[in-house]
Amino acid sequence: MRVLAAMSGGVDSAVAAARAVAAGHEVVGVHLALSAKPGTLRTGSRGCCTVEDAHDARRVADLLGIPFYVWDFAERFTEDVVEDFVAEYAAGRTPNPCLKCNERIKFEALLDKAIALGFDAVCTGHYARLAQVDGRPELRRSADLGKDQSYVLASLTAEQLSHAMFPLGGSLKSDVRVEATERGLAVAEKPDSYDICFIPDGDTRGFLAGKLGERPGQLVDDETGAVLGVHAGVHGFTVGQRHGLGIDAPSADGRPRYVLALEPVSGNVRVGALEKLAVREIIATRLIWPSGRPIEGTVECVAQVRAHGGTSQATAELVDGELLVRPGDELRGVAPGQAVVLYRPDDAGDVVLGSGMIVATR
Amino acid sequence: MTYLDHAATTPILPAVAEALTGALTTYGNASSLHTSGRLARRAVEEARETVAAALGARPSEVIFTSGGTESDNLAVKGIHWARRAKNPNRTRVLVSAVEHHAVLDAATWLAEHSGAEVVALEVDAFGRVHEDTLRAAIAEDPESVSVVSVMWANNEVGTVNPVRELAAACAAHGIPFHTDAVQAVGVLPVDFAGSGANALTVSGHKLGGPFGVGALLLGRDVPCAPVSHGGGQERDVRSGTLNVPAIVAFAEAVRVAAADRAERADRLAVLRADLVARVRAALPDAILNGDPGESTVDDGPSRLPGNAHFSFPGCEGDSLLMLLDAKGIECSTGSACTAGVAQPSHVLLAMGAEPAIARGSLRFSLGHTSTVDDVDTLVEAIGPVVARARSAGLAGMRRAKSRAAAEV
Repeated sequence: MRVLAAMSGGVDSAVAAARAVAAGHEVVGVHLALSAKPGTLRTGSRGCCTVEDAHDARRVADLLGIPFYVWDFAERFTEDVVEDFVAEYAAGRTPNPCLKCNERIKFEALLDKAIALGFDAVCTGHYARLAQVDGRPELRRSADLGKDQSYVLASLTAEQLSHAMFPLGGSLKSDVRVEATERGLAVAEKPDSYDICFIPDGDTRGFLAGKLGERPGQLVDDETGAVLGVHAGVHGFTVGQRHGLGIDAPSADGRPRYVLALEPVSGNVRVGALEKLAVREIIATRLIWPSGRPIEGTVECVAQVRAHGGTSQATAELVDGELLVRPGDELRGVAPGQAVVLYRPDDAGDVVLGSGMIVATR
Repeated sequence: MTYLDHAATTPILPAVAEALTGALTTYGNASSLHTSGRLARRAVEEARETVAAALGARPSEVIFTSGGTESDNLAVKGIHWARRAKNPNRTRVLVSAVEHHAVLDAATWLAEHSGAEVVALEVDAFGRVHEDTLRAAIAEDPESVSVVSVMWANNEVGTVNPVRELAAACAAHGIPFHTDAVQAVGVLPVDFAGSGANALTVSGHKLGGPFGVGALLLGRDVPCAPVSHGGGQERDVRSGTLNVPAIVAFAEAVRVAAADRAERADRLAVLRADLVARVRAALPDAILNGDPGESTVDDGPSRLPGNAHFSFPGCEGDSLLMLLDAKGIECSTGSACTAGVAQPSHVLLAMGAEPAIARGSLRFSLGHTSTVDDVDTLVEAIGPVVARARSAGLAGMRRAKSRAAAEV
């Protein structure tokens, strides 16, 4: 196959590309320039699109003996990921930009271009297992549950997945690092990236404040309707958040308060007790079925509502084109804007049944 | 390999490689006073005389440098500083909008850090600076101009500037005129004295010489402050131990470039005309950027003979480059930043091109190793490559549209 390897400059995409080469594919490496103002060598490497990262990716490609190019996707990334991220927060939702980047950049803008240029697949260093079963894609959690990224890949369509390649899905991260060392890749010891790549200092609230400015509103007691304080904008909050609410007076019963709901129109942030966060029903739209097959009837499954943690046994069914998920365990802090991903438990790796964007909870 | 990127760098000439390797094993610092030093100094001075003779300069006007970027920086910053030190009102630096970054960024740096005011001289749709444009810019306040820099020929689109007229416009006011002639030497009749320029940049690796060596031709009466300080080896304007083997090889490259210039220029012009005609025949909507190359400027061609620069509407340059590279055809999309990201060319934008058109551009540059086989290979490949790149360029747009429709 002709494979386009997306190379971030990190250890995972480097080993993924190396494995694609070792498997006998004809591989071309591409580093995506996503930042309109890339970092310099002096500012060092954090996030995923500095000059240093491009250099690291290039050196891996040199070693693998594959052609290497830097492609500019900064405009698409800014529109589809960064601006979407800001707009979602402004609308009182909590977006996942990595998911959006996979959906719109790596497996849309890049994949479309790759296919048109004659490639068969895009290869990345994501931790998820992907196979073709009876001609349909089957996406599973990775062998390394600590690194599993199936949640941020579950919004890819069957068509997108049929042109995707995740060579690391069956491996442990620790083994990937060992392999990178054995292959002599200089990025073997490079630290993992955790932050949102376009917010390298990790200050999401500051980043949003810079984009959205002050949009003052009130912190309201969900029970009594009492105004407990003011805030600079709903974009500073996430459902389930406890710290940094900026309320001086303790609650009447002395128990901690949590963000229960964000109301962007009125500017209200509703706060209340922990048990009020418990969610019995999740409604999701924009449904994606990685295998191409929607669920039928009421399905027993495991639902995951954020990238790390937040899983529960659940039942799921389609109601009027929307996905209705009923968690069996108490799920807290389920934030509209995040994805809900449904898994069918399996010893060989839980299988992704489908995903949707959470629009409401009850 | 089909190498169509001579404007980026040229394969070293066999005679130059011989001169270089021969000189590598000699030793001696050209500034030393003993026998070895004198031998090294003699080699440098002979090289200086060779370069001077080839380019119509006096030996004392040749300052050896590390190449084009250093020469450009030295000319723009050095002359600005020296002239401004004599008269603080000389704050204006006039450069064409299509200069190489070595000039453009040096001037911008002066504006940001040294109190200069940079005036970008507009160009026409071919990328040419007109004498009138320069005269008008000077006339706004002749006393305030420290230095003017306009390239002899543009590295991207190949358009040749009327250097004699531009130099004369500066001379009328006693303003030093610098020209970056990196692309011109070897294919255009570059004569330093005859051009009237006060400073001229030339680079080794663009004309079959080694990397990391070049020269600034600088008139004896042109004030110029050093950019880096040290031993003052080159006229107290440029410091650093002289790179004797590179200088010897550079001189040989310049000698050959000038000696064979007319024959080379004619040969490349014929090859280039063939390339342009056949690319246009294969792709009637391809746009040739820059001067058509059918007239003359200062007794030479109006376009660099080896330069063919096209825009292919609907394509992205990086797609074209990758597809050609996969077929062993090497060319360039234009200027690249340090990360290797193709940016829409400032040259094309200054010429009035749409950014989308500018993105879909390729430069093919012929040089001393180019043959008709190279042109044949390109012409055979270009049609399918552009068709494929166009479908890739459209793929992104199509997806964006269908998605928008689905979400309505």
